[in-house]
Amino acid sequence: MALPKRQTDIGPPKYDQFIPPVIKKNYGKWKYHEVLSGGTMVHVAESGDKLYTVRVASPRILSTETIREICDMSEKYCDGYLRFTTRNNVEFLVSDQSKVDPLVAELKAKKYSVGGIGPRVSNVVHTQGWVHCHSACTDASGLVKAIMDDLYEYFTTKELPNKVRLAVACCVNMCGAVHCSDIAVVAVHRKVPTINHELVPKVCEIPTTVASCPTSAIRPNPKDKSVTINEDKCMYCGNCFTVCPPIDIHKPEEDGVAIVVGGKIGSLRTNPKFSKLAIPFFYNEPPRWPKVVAAIKNILEVYAKNARKHERVGEWIERIGWEDFFNLTGIEFTFQHIDDFTFARDTFRTSAAFKYSR
Amino acid sequence: MSGKYKTPMLDELEKGPWPSFVTEIKKAAKKSSMADDELGQLEKSYKTKRGYWKHGGIVGVLGYGGGVIGRYSSLPEEFPGIAQFHTVRINQTSGFFYTAKALKMICDIWDKYGSGLTNMHGSTGDLVLLGTTTENLEAIFAEYSSRGWDLGGSGSAMRTPSCCVGPGRCEWSCIDTLDITYALTQEFQDELHRPAFPYKFKIKTAGCAVDCVAAIARADLSIIGTWKGNIQIDQAEVKKYADSGMNINAEIIDMCPTECMSYDGKTLKINDVQCNRCMHCIAKMTKALRPGKEKGATLLVGSKAPIVVGSLLSWVIVPFIKVEAPYTELKTLIRSMIEWWDDTAKPRERIGEVLEIKGLRPFLEHIGVPPQPQQVKEPRKDPFFFWSESDFKK
Ligand code: HEM
Ligand code: HEM
Ligand code: HEM
Ligand code: SF4
Ligand code: SF4
Ligand code: SF4
Ligand code: SF4
Repeated sequence: MALPKRQTDIGPPKYDQFIPPVIKKNYGKWKYHEVLSGGTMVHVAESGDKLYTVRVASPRILSTETIREICDMSEKYCDGYLRFTTRNNVEFLVSDQSKVDPLVAELKAKKYSVGGIGPRVSNVVHTQGWVHCHSACTDASGLVKAIMDDLYEYFTTKELPNKVRLAVACCVNMCGAVHCSDIAVVAVHRKVPTINHELVPKVCEIPTTVASCPTSAIRPNPKDKSVTINEDKCMYCGNCFTVCPPIDIHKPEEDGVAIVVGGKIGSLRTNPKFSKLAIPFFYNEPPRWPKVVAAIKNILEVYAKNARKHERVGEWIERIGWEDFFNLTGIEFTFQHIDDFTFARDTFRTSAAFKYSR
Repeated sequence: MSGKYKTPMLDELEKGPWPSFVTEIKKAAKKSSMADDELGQLEKSYKTKRGYWKHGGIVGVLGYGGGVIGRYSSLPEEFPGIAQFHTVRINQTSGFFYTAKALKMICDIWDKYGSGLTNMHGSTGDLVLLGTTTENLEAIFAEYSSRGWDLGGSGSAMRTPSCCVGPGRCEWSCIDTLDITYALTQEFQDELHRPAFPYKFKIKTAGCAVDCVAAIARADLSIIGTWKGNIQIDQAEVKKYADSGMNINAEIIDMCPTECMSYDGKTLKINDVQCNRCMHCIAKMTKALRPGKEKGATLLVGSKAPIVVGSLLSWVIVPFIKVEAPYTELKTLIRSMIEWWDDTAKPRERIGEVLEIKGLRPFLEHIGVPPQPQQVKEPRKDPFFFWSESDFKK
């Protein structure tokens, strides 16, 4: 069977072939938008033209069968025009207002989750996990499913003080933008890796392995043609495992996840922020990680109850102070919370003005 | 083909209202034994709490050094269908716009050569096809490229640039994010497909400081739209917000970070000289307030995830630049930035890490951008500063 002729360096097809006529006509000339419900909004152009968006969640892992079903619905209600969002949602781009309600009705009947617009929890940025990555110390997709089943009404209907952006990374490489999320889960190892001294000389380049360690914990071990790890320096990042698989970082019974909070991307009101450690560890409890899910819901609900309108999680925490965040959430403060890495001294308190524990 | 495995743990994740990835894998498994073995291995991971994927195996298509990520099960005897389960990164369109026709074509080819599983989309931006064999790669590439779809980047190369929806649907976009992204992707085809950099290089473009694509946190070059001059105010619409119950003083004036706004119950005023264009007021009163008329972008450089010595957010390098087609000035500047990084970095150093080690000065001198207070939060505190010959000649 002959294959078609390959082409190289053509890049992606140009976007203008995929945008609906109403966008072509009003490109760059939008005037305002209104959120109509948890999952629908309308953009109004200077010309008065309107574009309705209906947003549904996807699990990011999609089968071709589901993609075809989504395509069929977009053909039925919006001439086949659709887009995806940075946060793995699907958006139907509807020009005809009369088709919005029937589309929403069909989506709901087919058990799609309509939501994610406005001051709510949107879909969760996440990584590959056990589904597809060698580094993973948890499963991102499973955590996302368990968390969002529990926070479901915050996606579809219930309002929060502002948007809450969640993320899950399945190892400290953090392939998603976990490090700047309102609430995020990051999987961590807690034990120094074990070295298979027989395999290391066969599989690994020693200088590369030594160089891979950010804390210089690895030294050559010429006797065994292998390496040694200084246990006091190792912070379990797993970089050495990436370079040299016989240095095994996986410890299924000791691996688990941490929760970080208070990060933010936009510049609105306050500068973008990194997320900071809230809870240093939970054991992996597949398939539903009940303790992780409960902890996230607790943080979300304490925020919802205490934050001012428009405050993001990180802005709220900075206003009340981290000491009060630990008070209000009841989260225990541990040695792990005190930074001892590259940015440590910026985090130590340099004033006698602070709040007491309640 | 499906149903080879009992999956009691994963079945739990088909319950509940949120869409289930397990259901998706099962749907693919009806047609593909690869997807079925993926399901079997995943159930095992759920039982033993560890992954079974192997790191290793350079694979790809002729003439390209990236775009395919080799992936092998470490249990090939137990799960032969995923002995090879490679990822193919396909360039997404700017703004992730598709038509049903195009997506169905993509699905048809993928069903023929792969597992039928996808990620819509990968965190880098690419449309990710999950799971195929080395043998099928050339055919997959021929089928897609002949229909106008190319591979994305991987390894030490440019990554597929990505952007927010911008002028396609957003009233705040100060630049044409979709077109910039398309133009830059075309400009850097060679850098994308043939890894020759010290490490990865990502470009993300957001139309305004709301930054819906997280450019500031996960791109080596973050292009963020902004404006000069006064925010445009429609006082009649301000009144409508007040009439509809918005507490303008509490929600807008008091939350303005630069305290440059006032509202006396009738007229909303902005002291635009003090405004830092944070977007709060515009985002909350979209009918009444609009960005100023002179539009452009801020260029920031250096963000990355924490591996290895800590996360970085991008730093302001060029406070304001006009970005209009054909983007010649922008392209020249990007090439100059990459050139400096390529010459200066050790292997596997991102541009942000090199900037931290070398300081901003050599970089700014190389790309021809003068020092400006907009580049720092505050000037230095210590007296240990250096002088170079060129400083004395002045
Ligand atoms: C200094 C050494 C190394 C570092 C820092 C490193 C780092 C990385 C990084 C960052 C990626 C992700 C690339 C992307 O996002 O496109 C990656 C992928 C990959 N690396 Fe390494 N790597 C190293 C050495 C190796 C070695 C020695 C092997 C093979 C024995 C290897 C095999 C792979 C493979 C196959 C992938 C694709 C991932 C996949 O299968 O999904 N790497 N590596
Ligand atoms: C079957 C054997 C191997 C395969 C399939 C393989 C695969 C790879 C891949 C895919 C990468 C690119 C990582 C990225 O995405 O950036 C990589 C990088 C690397 N590999 Fe290998 N690798 C193999 C063996 C080795 C061996 C034996 C060594 C050392 C003795 C080695 C050293 C490295 C180093 C140092 C890098 C990082 C290169 C750089 O970007 O500077 N690899 N390898
Ligand atoms: C030594 C460090 C790293 C290693 C070994 C590594 C390895 C990998 C591997 C193996 C994958 C492919 C997962 C799959 O599809 O099977 C991947 C994906 C990815 N990596 Fe990394 N990575 C590293 C660091 C980073 C860093 C620092 C970033 C971000 C700044 C990053 C961003 C990404 C992104 C965006 C993806 C696509 C993920 C997705 O779509 O879910 N990686 N990486
Ligand atoms: S976060 Fe870690 S485990 Fe997850 S996909 Fe990225 S490299 Fe793999
Ligand atoms: S896990 Fe990280 S810190 Fe520990 S030895 Fe390996 S590379 Fe070094
Ligand atoms: S980043 Fe700004 S311009 Fe782009 S979609 Fe978001 S709000 Fe609109
Ligand atoms: S954009 Fe931000 S700084 Fe400027 S007036 Fe509005 S709220 Fe104040």
